[in-house]
Amino acid sequence: MIEGTSDNFENEVLKAEGLVLVDFNADWCGPCQMMKPVVEAFGEEHKDVKVVSVNIDDEEELSDSYEVSTIPCLVLFKDGKEVAREIGVISPKKLAKMLEK
Amino acid sequence: MQDKIYDVIVIGAGMAGLTAAIYAVRANKKVLVLEGKTHGGQIITTFHIANYPGLPKVSGVDLMNSVYNQAKELGAEIEYAEVMKVKDEGEFESVITEDFEDGSDEGKYLARTVIIATGSSERKLELENEEKLTGRGISYCATCDGGFYKDKPVAVVGGGNTALYDALYLADVASKVYIVHRRNEFRGNAFLVDKLKTKENVEFVLESVTTKLIGEKKIEGLEVENLSHEKRTLTVDGIFVAVGRVPATEIFKDLVELDEGGYVKAGEDCHTSREGVFVAGDCRVKSLRQLVTASSDGAVAATEAVHYLK
Repeated sequence: MIEGTSDNFENEVLKAEGLVLVDFNADWCGPCQMMKPVVEAFGEEHKDVKVVSVNIDDEEELSDSYEVSTIPCLVLFKDGKEVAREIGVISPKKLAKMLEK
Repeated sequence: MQDKIYDVIVIGAGMAGLTAAIYAVRANKKVLVLEGKTHGGQIITTFHIANYPGLPKVSGVDLMNSVYNQAKELGAEIEYAEVMKVKDEGEFESVITEDFEDGSDEGKYLARTVIIATGSSERKLELENEEKLTGRGISYCATCDGGFYKDKPVAVVGGGNTALYDALYLADVASKVYIVHRRNEFRGNAFLVDKLKTKENVEFVLESVTTKLIGEKKIEGLEVENLSHEKRTLTVDGIFVAVGRVPATEIFKDLVELDEGGYVKAGEDCHTSREGVFVAGDCRVKSLRQLVTASSDGAVAATEAVHYLK
């Protein structure tokens, strides 16, 4: 999983071709810790999707610009554009279903 | 089909459900736990659990991962699929999940006994766009999301202890905190109200109901109406909803008896109105909803299910 920062976000996410899943999370957030292995397993299974983790405490600017106000928050980008968003804990199946959108 | 028949199917992988699974597998039963989200239940939002005997300061996540591993290592099967329906099929109950399609075996399991352990979820305001704006200004957990509202105005809706604690927490973070409550008095502890009254940035908006969420892409305000039908718009960036919890029992209403609040009717023996169906944890009618009582219910329900199977 790539650590997303305000320095690399443009290259890793916005200018990336294809699908990128961004996981906005924080260390103190229990539901985020529960989602972490689910997101990692998803990345292993879907090699065509790049997975980027953004720590909202370190990257306040990024979470603000995507209007993240509840975590965990998963945002799926396609060719740099947001195509789907899920908040809270979700099952592996619901996460995979984001790809259908 | 044979492999999809279980002695015990537990619905929900929180503390009650996973404890039930532990007790049932240890009694040599074939056990499946079905969970629609992640395992762990409501307690995973708690950073430090202070009142669980023997494990002071354990985090909800660490405790529940440990309980999950324990259930799994003992032999319980755990599947992540939301249960949509439980139907009477004579000798068995059939448990249908979101994966079920007509004519296939996928997403259908047969249970000799069922333990309902679905817990509860936050009560909503029931206003237009509420779901769309959840995570975009609407939150049901102040300690989880309060940090996003540093120096911004927010509203807390509700009159119980959760609302008052939320407001106290937010008063130290946000620039302004409105407490919107439909009555003139609070159900919550008086000392919390007194404490809030000393905070300069807290304003009480009493005898008022919420009527409208303002904002298209994110919350920009909350419209409220008082007893004289006067409307007022509070300019806020965040709305924290603390109007109680509702049991997640909607899908069981035709299977077992529920009380008027939607809780599954059962005594301390966890027997529901239907033979072979048991209930454990927060979704059962009871006076104290805590981690220990959820765990206790799980043990009782599983033991009763095992007796029933004999």
